[in-house]
Amino acid sequence: MWKFLHKLASPRYFYAISGKFIPWLGWLTAVTLLTGLYFGLVKAPPDYQQGDSYRIMFIHVPAAWMSMFIYVLMALWSGINLIWNIKLADVMTVSSATLGASFTLLALVTGSLWGKPMWGAWWVWDARLTSELILLFLYLGYIALVSAIEDRRTAARAGGVLILVGVVNIPIIHYSVEWWNTLHQGPTVTKFDKPSIHLSMLIPLLIMAVSFKLYYLTVVLMRARIEVLDRERRSAWVRELFGTQK
Amino acid sequence: MIQAFNALMKRDLLLAFRHRGELANPLLFFLMIVTLFPLGVSPEVVLLRKIAPGVIWIAALLAALFSLESLFRSDFEDGALEQMLLSPQPLAVLVLAKVLAHWLVSGLPMLLMAPLLGLLLAMPDPAIAALELTLAIGTPLLSLIGAIGVALTVGLRRGGVLLTLLIMPLYIPVLIFATNAVTAAAAGMPIAGQIYFLASLLVLALTLAPLAIAAALRISVS
Amino acid sequence: MPLTKPISPMPLLSVIDLECIRGDNLLFSGLDFKLYEGQLMQVEGANGSGKTSLLRILAGLSLASEGQVLWDGKDIHKQRSFYFSKVAYLGHTLGIKSDLSPLENLKITLALASFPFDETAVYRALEQTGLSGKEDVPARSLSAGQKQRVALARLLACPTKLWIMDEPFTALDASGVSLVRDLLETHLRRGGLVVLTSHQAVEVRGDVVRVNLSEDGLR
Repeated sequence: MWKFLHKLASPRYFYAISGKFIPWLGWLTAVTLLTGLYFGLVKAPPDYQQGDSYRIMFIHVPAAWMSMFIYVLMALWSGINLIWNIKLADVMTVSSATLGASFTLLALVTGSLWGKPMWGAWWVWDARLTSELILLFLYLGYIALVSAIEDRRTAARAGGVLILVGVVNIPIIHYSVEWWNTLHQGPTVTKFDKPSIHLSMLIPLLIMAVSFKLYYLTVVLMRARIEVLDRERRSAWVRELFGTQK
Repeated sequence: MIQAFNALMKRDLLLAFRHRGELANPLLFFLMIVTLFPLGVSPEVVLLRKIAPGVIWIAALLAALFSLESLFRSDFEDGALEQMLLSPQPLAVLVLAKVLAHWLVSGLPMLLMAPLLGLLLAMPDPAIAALELTLAIGTPLLSLIGAIGVALTVGLRRGGVLLTLLIMPLYIPVLIFATNAVTAAAAGMPIAGQIYFLASLLVLALTLAPLAIAAALRISVS
Repeated sequence: MPLTKPISPMPLLSVIDLECIRGDNLLFSGLDFKLYEGQLMQVEGANGSGKTSLLRILAGLSLASEGQVLWDGKDIHKQRSFYFSKVAYLGHTLGIKSDLSPLENLKITLALASFPFDETAVYRALEQTGLSGKEDVPARSLSAGQKQRVALARLLACPTKLWIMDEPFTALDASGVSLVRDLLETHLRRGGLVVLTSHQAVEVRGDVVRVNLSEDGLR
């Protein structure tokens, strides 16, 4: 097992094996996405309170999950990179950042679109939206730091420290914002707590969540492959691959 | 270890003392930002009283960031930082000495200045007392968290704006609990909960931040 | 590489398959060498060949992109604190605080190295480097060469086994150059190790080996 992981972490092997997986992952993403959307937008019944506008949830909720999930993954990889100095781990972190930021932005935009019919305003300082906004700041800070440092390895390591600091802080920020929100919440604002969600809504939601994960996996592997090629462009195997001399 | 900690802290205090003219800058910054609010919003006492905790705390955040920016700058430029990294002493301890020295010359004066600002914004006495308490716990927190960002950006040109981007989101919990404590004190409500929360954040930062600062410095100076 | 009668059978400092990439440039790779007690290694190479980068990797400040640096057979990053107590690094930037006097500068160096402060030893170090009478003036009023001498006094005040020096002769006058040469020769005689870069040819008597990054560090 350990040997296999070690082999997988070598750029050359990673490049070859990820190339085989990407088409499959791409197709799976497409299939799950279409199924999820079909069940979510067509099959699931309208909500008795919100009508059809709740359907944006099928994008919003998985996007919000992804935004957190990717940050935690980045923290894991950064930890691996900082402790064991594994190059592939920092390739994965760097390749994930824009995707994570995009999912966060998607969650914010869909949240705001959902908010308009719900609250009558494009933006409400709701606890979840606010946390999501702060998460976006964290992602953007990471991206800004990594792009400000010229040397790639240094950039990835510095970014790793920032991500780890961020991951310790996220629960604290989240808790603070929740607490702040309960204090300032006006009586007119209704929170959309969903104590029980009907199965016909839950299934498409889960399919969408799986689909988003597959999408992330597909794209992050594609990005990582390019990053690996770029970093290793001087090495023999890349030259051999493209049949170029020097 | 203690000898190195003391020596480094004394050195930084001595250096600050030899540049004592510069010590006033963050304080003036703190004062001026607060002054802008009555001018920009309204001098009406009721309103000022309402926004005072937030205004003073946001000004404190900015002033802290502003003064922190130079925490490692001169050491980086003259190579003293390299010598510090090459010390056999644990770097986290040395870093803590520097942060502490920095807080003594930047955070502590803000603490002394704050009651005056409270008066400018018509804060009631219990609120000023709470403000002092939150600043006493909160400004070391700002220094510790901010120093991580400073360590990450120390080698970069125009690191200042970047520093703000990196650190501001991390300051949010401090801001929320500190301003809330001051507001609650003004309304005569108990603030123990908020203070405990801030204090536990400080304990957490005291244990973890020096490690993060040390790791960040090793990366930035490589 | 000439291995002239090593004093100890084990090399104290050894470098295995070292590679350094800075930004997008491969500076050197596949670099191997060993350094024994009483040996001085002069690192040569064109501008931008990675001399300073190599010294920083050896000092433990930077990480190599590949390869290892061993001290007494053990990776330096696995024994960082111990290794740092054996090494003195004299870089481009000297690490002299210009608002502090030479004496205060040395005091802090000693404290960081956890060396007990011995006033006579410190004064002697400053005297040896030709800074008598300058002990208490702020370093900002010293010339570049004099600041360099303060940094050299640091090597004397807290003795270490390995000296890593980046261009130690720049900014020094003739007497300064001969001072450095004397210091190096004494250090080697006592079994110390030195790694240095220098534009000038260094005529140090002793066991001097050379590595040329432009040639040996296979590009």
